Amino acid sequence: MAQMTYVEAIRGALEEEMRRDDRVLVMGEDVGAKGGVFGATAGLFQEFGEERVIDTPLAEAAIVGVSIGCALAGLRPVAEIQFLDFIPPAMDQIINEAAKIRYRSNGDWSCPMVIRAPSGGGVHVHGALYHSQSLEALFAHVPGLKVVIPSTPADAKGLLLSAIRDPDPVCFFEHKALYRSLREEVPDGEHLVPIGKSRVAREGADLSCITYGATVHEALTAAERMGHDGIEVEVLDLRTVRPLDREAIIATARKTGKVLVCHEANLAVGVGAEVAAIVAEECFQQLDAPVMRLGGPEVPAIPFAEPLAEVYCLGPEKIEAKLRQLAAY
Amino acid sequence: MAVSESAPAIAADLTQDQLRSMYRDMVLGRLLDERILVLNRQGRAPFAISGQGHEAAQVGVGYALRRGHDWLVPYYRDLTLVMVMGMEPKDHLMASLGRAQDPNSGARQMPGHYGSRAHNIVTTGSPVATQILHAVGVATAFKYRGEDKVVVTSVGEGGTSEGDWHEGLNWAAVHRLPVVFLVENNSYAISVPQSLQMAVAHVADRGPGYGMPAATVDGGDCLAVYAAAREAVDRARRGEGPTLLEAVCMRLQSHSSDDDQRRYRSPDDLAQMRERDPLERFRRQLEEIGVLSEGDADTIRKDCQRVIEAAQAEADAAAPPDPATALRHVYQEG
Repeated sequence: MAQMTYVEAIRGALEEEMRRDDRVLVMGEDVGAKGGVFGATAGLFQEFGEERVIDTPLAEAAIVGVSIGCALAGLRPVAEIQFLDFIPPAMDQIINEAAKIRYRSNGDWSCPMVIRAPSGGGVHVHGALYHSQSLEALFAHVPGLKVVIPSTPADAKGLLLSAIRDPDPVCFFEHKALYRSLREEVPDGEHLVPIGKSRVAREGADLSCITYGATVHEALTAAERMGHDGIEVEVLDLRTVRPLDREAIIATARKTGKVLVCHEANLAVGVGAEVAAIVAEECFQQLDAPVMRLGGPEVPAIPFAEPLAEVYCLGPEKIEAKLRQLAAY
Repeated sequence: MAVSESAPAIAADLTQDQLRSMYRDMVLGRLLDERILVLNRQGRAPFAISGQGHEAAQVGVGYALRRGHDWLVPYYRDLTLVMVMGMEPKDHLMASLGRAQDPNSGARQMPGHYGSRAHNIVTTGSPVATQILHAVGVATAFKYRGEDKVVVTSVGEGGTSEGDWHEGLNWAAVHRLPVVFLVENNSYAISVPQSLQMAVAHVADRGPGYGMPAATVDGGDCLAVYAAAREAVDRARRGEGPTLLEAVCMRLQSHSSDDDQRRYRSPDDLAQMRERDPLERFRRQLEEIGVLSEGDADTIRKDCQRVIEAAQAEADAAAPPDPATALRHVYQEG
């Protein structure tokens, strides 16, 4: 076990997997000599060379499309999109190609690949409109894709190993605010966290807060504060937003009868809506309050200036206020 | 236009049997294409897309490849080319009639969306030019593993306006990948003529902009295409990088069964095109050099007809897909 930051855990997982399996390639903008703009591929170019760590032209559709071709020909590519905000040019390749290859060929072909991208914004990141978006709902809507959003260094490693070994395309979104803000024990070697399985980040009997990504830590802070007043909040970290862990969602909702779903992404038609629908459909009799949601407001993305950004972002205070509203219902 | 003239010298490395086989493949592709259009007009095949007029180019390229070794990432007019790679008329009649045995997709996709792992033909969808990038990725894998394989990917001239086409050619040239970009230029993207698609006279004019060898060849001249494709494929196999190969074809039929090209092309244009039918050109050429004797062409045609009749009988009798399978193969099973 070693203490690692989130980004070190990702780098370590890539390195381990590339040593273990020579089908694994990394490609993207600045992933080579520079080691990625966030350092997620630092040192890989020096260890594995330019054939396996490919500095690509500045062309997102090509990064994904060429990775698809590599996967079709038997490799296990890991594509890096420098910021999730710049993935729209690759959407045709992701939605119309990668996601549909197995289905459209009736199982004759498959597309085992990972698309990594930093996402999210908030305090101290200042990415503004085009370096801060949380676009996971766009991908979570598409059958054929899996969408993974780890919240801790250990999960970042364990889920990335699982994603690379997965037989289908996996979108792996990393919250920038987590890259260097956390340091924790990360198991050595084969540490596989299964895709599609959530984690109870904090147990509690009174309320459920269902969330994922960086918001997990904000929810935990809010839950601790509530605990001082004797209100015990269970925090469920989804880890994967497609496929959702329906069993765990239903279990915590039935346990507490009061559910808040929160995420940094825009609220409307977001992942939280799907979670809320599952709770409404499966747990109606056990609910003591309407399902509540908290998410980004109806603006396109996080603005640059701090006072504006604060309006967008959640943070423990907003989550706590919503939880207290739910508790009082 | 730098159109290569076919000459006996070009065909020097082709045996008489191979030349006859090339002609037969062209005829088989044409007759199958015609049969599929008939099935469409009978109301039995809901959709058809034709490659008539492209057969010479497709056979020329197909014979430059090593079957079972090299790869193809095709587009929707490549009926003849995918058969050169190993698919059969039966496969496409199954697709046209929506049968479970359609090997391309199990009747999940419209006909003309080719794919067969057994024959190294990558699965294709409907978006135009996305396949170009897949070919670049396949070539990346070949180069990475040190294999002497080549991948050909094809597209119409309209598809060369897409961003994926540009991104793919640029990337392949930067990394000197073993890929041949075949543009089957039939002058029309549905109804839009080439003059509204690009400001250059030939798609191949763009090759130097990518730092890539490029050639325009008469796509109605099977042996000229073969010679140009051999050069491109051999270059790729030697590790000397990609080639842009433009074959000037003709679109004898409308874009698809839902289009009528008489609405936007003149009767003269359509009539003149028919006079230059590549099948007739190749037959005359082979007769002149003595590869085909009198009556051989008829014999080949009748033989191909028999193959198609048998294939259709099999497809007629085949079952549609079981509705219980509609939800399968979204993710790996088991």
